[in-house]
Parts: sequence; structure tokens; C-alpha cells
Amino acid sequence: MSIDATDRKILTATQGGLPLAPRPFAVVGSWIGLDEAEVIARVSAMQEQGIIRRIAAAPNHYALGMIANGMSVWDVADEIAETLGAQVGALDFVSHCYLRPRALPEWPYNLFAMIHGTNRDEVESHRAEIEKILGPACRTRDILYSTRILKKTGVRLRKEAS
Amino acid sequence: MRRTPLTPDALDDIDRALINRLQDGILVTQTPYAMLGTEMGLSEDDVLTRIERLRGIGALTRFGPFIDAAAMGGAFCLCAMEVPGDRFETVLTLVNAHDEVAHNYERVHRLNMWFVLACESESEITRVADRIEQETGITVLRFPKLKEFFIGFRVPA
Repeated sequence: MSIDATDRKILTATQGGLPLAPRPFAVVGSWIGLDEAEVIARVSAMQEQGIIRRIAAAPNHYALGMIANGMSVWDVADEIAETLGAQVGALDFVSHCYLRPRALPEWPYNLFAMIHGTNRDEVESHRAEIEKILGPACRTRDILYSTRILKKTGVRLRKEAS
Repeated sequence: MRRTPLTPDALDDIDRALINRLQDGILVTQTPYAMLGTEMGLSEDDVLTRIERLRGIGALTRFGPFIDAAAMGGAFCLCAMEVPGDRFETVLTLVNAHDEVAHNYERVHRLNMWFVLACESESEITRVADRIEQETGITVLRFPKLKEFFIGFRVPA
């Protein structure tokens, strides 16, 4: 997976969002000196390669009432962790799902799934649903609730490759 | 970013349908908003006005391409520390002073500080994490992603 300098310009230009205009890709092109057809062709190619996952809305889950969340963590048998992780990631209340290395002995968990709900009880019932999917392949589990956001600047793209 | 729920009357049924539909993504065509409008029985103008408003009131944080950050050539790592309660604010100041710290959350656990390092390379991750260990005297556990799963996450509006 790789992108060239022109692709990077397109991604950087749309970081703040896709223009809300009838021909959004023409607008993007006008910012960076490309015609509409080339922007569309490049965006489509990047989407096929998985560099762009989709062009979509990020809902503000707090505004929509989903104010509770917890980072659930699971120690899942390695040989089946990828299969089960894919099932957990597909759940509509899981916003992030990753396999990560354990840090033994203090951290036995390898599957991380961020769970969202309208309240703590709902998060816990979602968590029970994940537990059912994992079944006996899961040895130990925990959930970490956040109490404070200490920093959130987000990840910003650099304008140039280095 | 808005962190409180909208009042129930802030969204009408069309807004809710639009929020739900927009999470699935639009097509890459010359006139994506007109196509979406046709699909939902709305005019292009109505689609555009509503998305603009939904962003304005904070129902949507963003509307645009979701990119795989790693494809852009960056390196990311989730890190955790066990910070003694009486040193929390001091350590927090030291950790947050690094520009590479993109998010940082306090969590209820023995490992009570969780942050993401966003760097240009793997070696930068090691350098910054080691530096934080030296500055704070606390081990920085590192949890780089080994595998990311496709996300089915949807917020029902």
C-alpha cells in the first residue's frame, strides 16, 4: 500500500472534510490543481486499496446519547484470536478492535475492543455479549472505564512525506 | 467537540435517517449528494443543508474520507503506565509535553494512564517511549497493534 505526492495532497486537502458542494471532487481539485476526473479516479483507487476506508460521517456519539464507553480487554487463545477478533469487531457497538501483544506478567490480554452504550449497564450487557462470542477461548478478561480525557489532539497528517 | 447529548427535538426523522445512512459511506461519483438524495427521497440541496447543520450542532464530528493512518507512513502505539496517585499531575505534565502524544486517557485500573503515540517511524516510538520512562521513572508498557479488525460500529441516531 503506497501513495504518491498527489494522493497525499488529496488526503491532506480533505482532512477537514469533503466539501459540501454539488461537485465536491471538483472543488477539491480546484484547491490543488487537478481536474475533477483525476481526483475521482485517485480517490476510487485509494478506496480500492484500503487507504481510504470509506467516505462517511463520523457521528458524535456523545451528542447522540452514547455517553458511556469502556475499553474491554480479553486474553484469547492465540490460535483462534484472529477469527474471534473479526467477529467482535463486526459488532455495531464496538468502535475499535485490535490484537496487541501481551505484556506478561502484568498484562495478559491480547484482544482490545472499545464498547459504547447509552449508560454503564448497556456497556456491561454488550460486554456479556462479547464474552459469549469468545466462549472458552477466553481465559481472563477486564474492562477499563475512562474517568478523564487528559489530551486529545488527534492524529494530523503531515503535508509532505519525509 | 460537543460532549453532551443533544435535546430530543434537535433532530427530526430525516436527520436521523441521514446520520444513519452517512455512516455507511457515499459513492465516489461526480454528484454524490444528489445520488444520496435520490436514494433517500431528498433534494440535493436538502442533503447539503442538513449535513451542514448536523456538523454545526455537533451531531457529526466530521464528514469526509476515513483513512488508514498507517498507509500514510506513520507509526502508532498504544502505551500504558502505572502512575502513583500522588504523582499523577506531575507525570501527566511530562507525558503530555510530548507532541507525539495524540490522545491520553485516565482509566480505572492499576495501569491508570493510557496514551497513543503517533510518530513518523517505529524507531521514533521507541525513542519517545524511552524518553518518557527516563523523565518519569515509570515503565511505559507498549501495545502496538498486531491486527486491526474491520469495524462494524454504528451509532444509531
